[in-house]
Amino acid sequence: MKTDDLISLLATETPAVDRRVPSRRFAAAVLVGLGAALLLMVAGLGLRPDLGQAIRLPMFWLRLAYPVAIAATAFLVVLRLARPGAHVGVRWVALGAAPLGALAAMACVLAGAPEGTRIAMWLGHTWKVCPVLIAVLSAPTFAAMLWAVRGMAPVRPRLAGAATGLFAGAVATTAYCLHCPEMAPPFWAFWYLVGMLLPTALGALAGPRWLRW
Amino acid sequence: MSALAAEHDLRTRFIAGLRGDAGAYRQFLDDLAGYLRGWLRRRLPRAHADVEDILQETLLAIHNARHTYREDQPLTAWVHAIVRYKLMDYFRAHARREALHDPLADDGHQVFVDAETEPADARRDVGRLLEALPDRHRLPIVFVKLQGLSVAEAARRCGISESAVKVGVHRGLKALAASIREAS
Repeated sequence: MKTDDLISLLATETPAVDRRVPSRRFAAAVLVGLGAALLLMVAGLGLRPDLGQAIRLPMFWLRLAYPVAIAATAFLVVLRLARPGAHVGVRWVALGAAPLGALAAMACVLAGAPEGTRIAMWLGHTWKVCPVLIAVLSAPTFAAMLWAVRGMAPVRPRLAGAATGLFAGAVATTAYCLHCPEMAPPFWAFWYLVGMLLPTALGALAGPRWLRW
Repeated sequence: MSALAAEHDLRTRFIAGLRGDAGAYRQFLDDLAGYLRGWLRRRLPRAHADVEDILQETLLAIHNARHTYREDQPLTAWVHAIVRYKLMDYFRAHARREALHDPLADDGHQVFVDAETEPADARRDVGRLLEALPDRHRLPIVFVKLQGLSVAEAARRCGISESAVKVGVHRGLKALAASIREAS
């Protein structure tokens, strides 16, 4: 087929483009992902029994703000990476702010803690399962978000895959916060991040294959 | 024509096309093809048949991705990102020596500089790839896009609803892009 014929084919009977489709897809992916993560958490792990008391603690909300901030900034990065020629720019800095802030808080708390308690504070009681559970809870958001990004045109698929994974991990962590009993910043600043980085790494590895177009 | 004037003209027609103006869209694709051919030939000066292949793949990609353009964005940046992505795909598939010439050297994302309107023969036949698609992808494209039937008429011949025909065309062009990718 000659290029002119291809152009005729493309230009014939081409209806107007509905510009709201991308936002609708992303909104659907977020709602489905978050809803599924919450359902999985409640059904598989259960809300923490003392949730009623925990929500009166500022630390509960600070801890919840951590994944919420990462999810919000990762979402903005995904939106940019899904469109050809759109720059991420300052959004990278915003994305780094929450993890860096949390790791700095972790260092301060550990430095101020009495010698001999630091390792216990860092590992908590659940460090072995926390990252894995977060990774499992991230699966529905990951799949839904990949579907939305595949409907776009990511020209940097590895980065787009990684950002999609990070977003999924952060949504999963948000749900996990309602189950997790650990309140010490050295625990959650670190292990939540590890949990979020598992789907991030998967996205970086699989992005070029899954997001090819 | 200066790159700035070209950007303005192309963008105006492209946006009119997004709103359903088929004539403007056709003009946009015609002009764009010239600029893309020029841009690609400057990077692959000895491979005009390959250039025509990449050009066709890029035009199809631009068509399939046209909903991802934001009006607050320069069109040249959007087009540049897509043609660059397709060219890198080509380099990955062919691992060609031309890659050493740094054909992706930063050119300020300017694509709309010199147009080449004389096409070369493509190496790969997109028409043949289209024929090899399964019926559900092929027929809507053949009826609506090649034979110029109305959507209603195509729906009657396929025995499906009009919206299924529209979805079929959309999915069919995506399937065509995927089979081009696999063929290269």
